[in-house]
Amino acid sequence: MHLPLFLIFFPLALAGLLAVVGGSATARSALAKIGSGVVAAGALALYWTTLHRDAQFFALNESGLSPAILGVEILVTIVMLTIALRGRQVLITLLVLAQAALMGMVEFGGHAHPRVAAPLFVDSFSVIMALIIGVVGGLIVWHAVGYMPHYHHHESAVADRQRSFFASIFLFLGAMFALVFANHLGWLFLAWEVTTLCSYLLIGYSRTPEAVRNAFLALRLNLIGGVAFAGAILYLVRTGGSLALNEIIASGQGAVLIPVALICFAGLTKAAQMPFSSWLLGAMVAPSPVSALLHSSTMVKAGVYVFVRFAPILQNTTVGFIFALVGATTFLFASCIAISQSNAKRVLAYSTIANLGLIVTCASVGNAQAVWAAILLIIFHAVAKALLFLAVGSAEHSIGSRDIEDMEGLISRRPKTALAILIGIAGMFLAPFGMLVSKWAAIEALMKSNPLLPVAVAFGSSATLFFWSKWMGKILSTVKGPPPSHGPVSMQEKNAMFFLSALTVGLCAIWPYISSASVKPFLIAHYGTFVEFNRATILIMSIMLALIAALPLSLLYKGDDKLRITTPYLGGANVLERDLFTPSIGLTKPVAIRNYYLTEFFGERRLSRVGYGASLALLVVLTVVVST
Amino acid sequence: MNLTHRILAGFLFIALAPILAGLLAGLDRIVSARMQGRIGPPLLQPFYDLFKLFQKERIAVNRSGHFFLLGYLLFTIIAGVEFFTGGDLLITIFALALASVFFVLGAFAAGSPYSHIGAERELIQIMASEPMLLMVAMGFYVATGSFQIGAIYAQPTPLIATLPGMFLGLIYILTIKLRKSPFDLSTSHHAHQEIVKGITTEFAGPYLAIIELAHWYETVLLLGLLYLFFAPWPLLAIAALIVVYFLEILADNTNARLYWQWVLRASWTFTAIVGAGNLIILHYINRGGTP
Repeated sequence: MHLPLFLIFFPLALAGLLAVVGGSATARSALAKIGSGVVAAGALALYWTTLHRDAQFFALNESGLSPAILGVEILVTIVMLTIALRGRQVLITLLVLAQAALMGMVEFGGHAHPRVAAPLFVDSFSVIMALIIGVVGGLIVWHAVGYMPHYHHHESAVADRQRSFFASIFLFLGAMFALVFANHLGWLFLAWEVTTLCSYLLIGYSRTPEAVRNAFLALRLNLIGGVAFAGAILYLVRTGGSLALNEIIASGQGAVLIPVALICFAGLTKAAQMPFSSWLLGAMVAPSPVSALLHSSTMVKAGVYVFVRFAPILQNTTVGFIFALVGATTFLFASCIAISQSNAKRVLAYSTIANLGLIVTCASVGNAQAVWAAILLIIFHAVAKALLFLAVGSAEHSIGSRDIEDMEGLISRRPKTALAILIGIAGMFLAPFGMLVSKWAAIEALMKSNPLLPVAVAFGSSATLFFWSKWMGKILSTVKGPPPSHGPVSMQEKNAMFFLSALTVGLCAIWPYISSASVKPFLIAHYGTFVEFNRATILIMSIMLALIAALPLSLLYKGDDKLRITTPYLGGANVLERDLFTPSIGLTKPVAIRNYYLTEFFGERRLSRVGYGASLALLVVLTVVVST
Repeated sequence: MNLTHRILAGFLFIALAPILAGLLAGLDRIVSARMQGRIGPPLLQPFYDLFKLFQKERIAVNRSGHFFLLGYLLFTIIAGVEFFTGGDLLITIFALALASVFFVLGAFAAGSPYSHIGAERELIQIMASEPMLLMVAMGFYVATGSFQIGAIYAQPTPLIATLPGMFLGLIYILTIKLRKSPFDLSTSHHAHQEIVKGITTEFAGPYLAIIELAHWYETVLLLGLLYLFFAPWPLLAIAALIVVYFLEILADNTNARLYWQWVLRASWTFTAIVGAGNLIILHYINRGGTP
């Protein structure tokens, strides 16, 4: 009881404190460091104290608290309205007003306001989410402490507003904890809106015209989802349904399918699924820790969180199948588009969108095995993606570019950063991510639904193989001597990258444990069954994982005297070993190697259009299905 | 299969697959030579070549090359062992893809423009063939209810009857996997259409031998996958394998290399039609049968 409350209110209090005293750099960095350590430790403590225990529901005096909740709700609405009016954003203003009107009808519409005896709860899935928010989020904050001074050194035109930056981040973490511990749908919705607000504040951090535009885009698209969420609450209140998450899930499919569909629609916007994916691409204008936070441990994970929660309701329904198709479409198209991108952050963004699509697909199919895959995807993705964003951010500072073409030979220029990126990429598409989940568990689970879904996964995962491999290749290929890279990497950045790399590798070893200790209780509680894995399968996977981890050790073997190192063939006489060559016409030419981007197949504009069209059509079908 | 049988099958694969594939390669070269109006080398020539390569001086452009090639060989063998011990088909396919990724990374790491082009083209080949391989596994699953090769092998009726599209699709991408024209984009047995030596440009001597060996293991694995379609009738299965392999040689000798654009587009289209088509039809037939 105390720990969840602590995890919610400690970051909020810290945010308040930072807003007051965060102007001083020393105070700010000390507070942020302490804060990141405390949220990580708190999440771990929650894990230990809840291990092997059933879900716990916390009875609070709801009627005593509801005026306070209402007050915060009104405050958030006023802040959003102010933002919209000051930015002259007509659509956002209308969306905020629509949402306020819906919530006003809930509060003052004369309906009997359903009581929720236990507004907060903790079960093994919320603990997993709390670990992701606390540990991964905490590491990202730790990284940001070292990163932000560098950021302002490089971007001298950007006003230093680190005080509000760190305050927003802790507000964000507090809201995310509230979101995963809320059993009261109204409270969950409030946390949902606060995360929307925080993402607006963080994306627009640099205040450049592009950042402001993209921040409003994120606000607009997420508010569309917010209106749907408010609609779901109004529907439940009007039909006399319960607002308690556990009662909604227990009430069976027929009764609550419409509000669940509305909430999952909101989940689509937050999880950046097509056609709402553009805000997450725009979000990369923000400093790297913000991208890492939005992509891995917060924001988008809130979107898929509601899908996993409502998976038992979505299972075997037409509504669930349509959501699964939206996810599969997003996975396929986003994976293909990523091939055509050379901006590292855009590749990462498309890969996030794709993986969230896969999670949405699995959760919407909703059988026990698919939900197992969805939860493991959430865990692996959070760790590996956080690592990738942080490492790319650090690489950007040392090589002055975020273009993958400029990362050529990073392995010899910045070996540690390069290794972090390689581990992150391997985590995303090889082990444990690719083999364990996206190719194996997901396909096996989706086969039990409709073959269209695994077919989309088969094509999409082949595309992911292409773009990740060529990126790895670029980092490994050393053509020229190392060009100068500048600026040291701060201690905090190194710590965060080291721990996330270790976590990514560690997950390969401990996933069977996570599966049985944390995912199994959740599945048993909701499905009564758990898919036990074939022991031979686990064995062969463990062997492969161990080999992948052990193979780099063969690089240490230097005693090979008989190996003669020579220069690569360049089609002429090599000059300076491998930088230049003289072809037959006699001029000396530099060596240049570029990757394939296959834009005529996987061009962003064309495929986005098709993807948006397809997902929009699916949403129209969804509307028809829900309203009949 | 009990554990002893499985272990035995694994060792038999490791020991016999190179012999089988080497002989097949020798036969391939003789048949190809006859098609081109030559007599061709002795049957055992591929073995002589391999031994000679292993004896050559070790030359490389960097020290990390052997690491990637070791990964290529190891994971190809793991894929084969998983397959021939009756393991999980999805894991087999995954291990095979992992092996190819190691090969590609080795070529990228060489830092030579020619091996780089080869590596990119190899990636295109992997991307072109991977969906069909996964779909074959899905087809087996819909037809038999399992991804376990043991269970698929033990089916009483040949799966070719319900999965003809999968069989066609697999033959199609086999051309890519066996590095036969017109789909030999990344490296070719035919010197006249090669960009230097493609993905293998910077590998020589023992390193080239490792690549050849891994390719042999892969060939046997892919033929084993074809065999599964006819498993209850071994004679028909062997006849089918011979016909298919002959057709591959024929295609190899009568076609020139295609543009990668064409290969990718054609493979994905063909996979979507015969693979996904077969899968969806079978799914609805099965559902109609058992309400």
